[in-house]
Amino acid sequence: MAYVIAGSCVKDDVCVEVCPADCIHPTRGAPDFETAEQLYIDPETCIDCDACVEACPVDAIFAPNEVPAKWQHFAEVNADFFAERL
Amino acid sequence: MSRRTRVAVVGAGPAGAYAAAQLRASRARPDVDVFERLPTPWGLLRGGVAPDHQEIKALADTFEAEVFGRGCRFFGGVEVGTDVHHADLMRHYHAVVYAVGARSDKTLGIENEHLPGSLPATDFVGWFNGHPDRRDLDPLLDVRRAVIIGNGNVAADVARILTRSVDELARTDIADHALAALRESRIEEVVVLGRRGPAQAAFTSAELRELGHMDGVELRVAPEEAELDLVSTEWLDEEGTFTARRNVKLLREFAAAAPQAGARARIVLRFLRSPVALHGASRVESIEIARNVLSRDEAGTIRARTLDGETETIECGLVLRSVGYRAVPLPGVPFDERNYVLPNDRGRVVDGDTRAVVPGVYAVGWIKRGPTGILGTNKRDAEETVARLLEDIDTLPDPPEAGDLPLPDHVSADGWRAIDTTETSAGEALDRPRVKLTTVDELVDAARQPA
Repeated sequence: MAYVIAGSCVKDDVCVEVCPADCIHPTRGAPDFETAEQLYIDPETCIDCDACVEACPVDAIFAPNEVPAKWQHFAEVNADFFAERL
Repeated sequence: MSRRTRVAVVGAGPAGAYAAAQLRASRARPDVDVFERLPTPWGLLRGGVAPDHQEIKALADTFEAEVFGRGCRFFGGVEVGTDVHHADLMRHYHAVVYAVGARSDKTLGIENEHLPGSLPATDFVGWFNGHPDRRDLDPLLDVRRAVIIGNGNVAADVARILTRSVDELARTDIADHALAALRESRIEEVVVLGRRGPAQAAFTSAELRELGHMDGVELRVAPEEAELDLVSTEWLDEEGTFTARRNVKLLREFAAAAPQAGARARIVLRFLRSPVALHGASRVESIEIARNVLSRDEAGTIRARTLDGETETIECGLVLRSVGYRAVPLPGVPFDERNYVLPNDRGRVVDGDTRAVVPGVYAVGWIKRGPTGILGTNKRDAEETVARLLEDIDTLPDPPEAGDLPLPDHVSADGWRAIDTTETSAGEALDRPRVKLTTVDELVDAARQPA
């Protein structure tokens, strides 16, 4: 299980700065950064540390067991982003 | 080295807020005064973000802490260009950063565009969000069908607010006048027209999905509307974004879904359609639309071309155009009339013709780059502009006047906090995030209350 970024992400990318595992993408300068509608957490590399949750100014990031019902599908959206990005 | 530098930021929207915060957090730590024509700060975070997307409004806490919490002063209710002028600012500040956004909208250029019942979607957004300039908009909701032209996130926001149950809206910070009007609304169907195809829909996939998952609202996408043409199929395979691929997938799912029985309202998505004319005697009665085909130009951009001949007429009493924002010129500052921005080099405002830097004048946000991107885009944009200003800071001459600019009555940061307290306290009793004050007089009165 990994942390999940939900649809309320505004791309204030402070989470990227605090993530010790570099698992939040796309990052500044990546070709898909500007077109991305939000940032995503790579479930393969997330270490469940909570740093991003603390940092997010709009509380868009959730621990796996705390994702609100309306954002449940975002676990799949986060994973799909990385699956399709390869 | 130790001289105090004074910077004026004009506009307290997200771009101005990020810029002010970054200036104060910098080693140079200039004095920063934020000018805003409304009595309230944070621009589209308050007046643009839809009330049913309340989570996003939490960004205001960060702005509060990083702008006012770090000692920026607020001059709310002071319009630069009217109450004070560019030249006044230049006499009192080392640098002026324009963050005024894009306050006007693009028009369609079609017949009867300005009939009663036809409005810019951004005016409608300002109305339901309690923007004092839009309080008296009085949109015509006594009709069964509305048509939205354009399919970006503003269109999605408007479609949701027109169809969402009043009980749900009543738990948000939607303006009371809008809540009252929506309670009486007869709108049952909202048609959203996209100029290009499903793969080029401008919605984010999160907003599109949300349209299909509202209580009591059916999202209708005809199967033929979700089909891709050859140009789009190729484009999606070769260079389609994650969002475009998700949108196409979602639209196919919606198209395949069985009709929803018992829905209270319906949102209908149409693609490859452009408005040709509005019709009606004294108000909008119908919209005439034409069919488009897509092709790729030499640069690879997918363009829509309207086919001559058959058109279709949709009966409707409300038409909201959502085809983009447009900035307006500022007196005394260069303006790029073609791109509707302040001509600039990475944030340094330049002369439109000679491209010579105008010393001490900067731009950030939509007035710098045009109306694109989302909230966080302004953070990177502000970093670029603030970096230029900090590069220049030691070379900016001292302004002739050392004291404060004489200002008319205005709302300070404490005044804004008093407004905020009044609004949130009123909300608490009703289990709402806040009850917005929606006239300048009410806001200014609340600002005068002791905290």
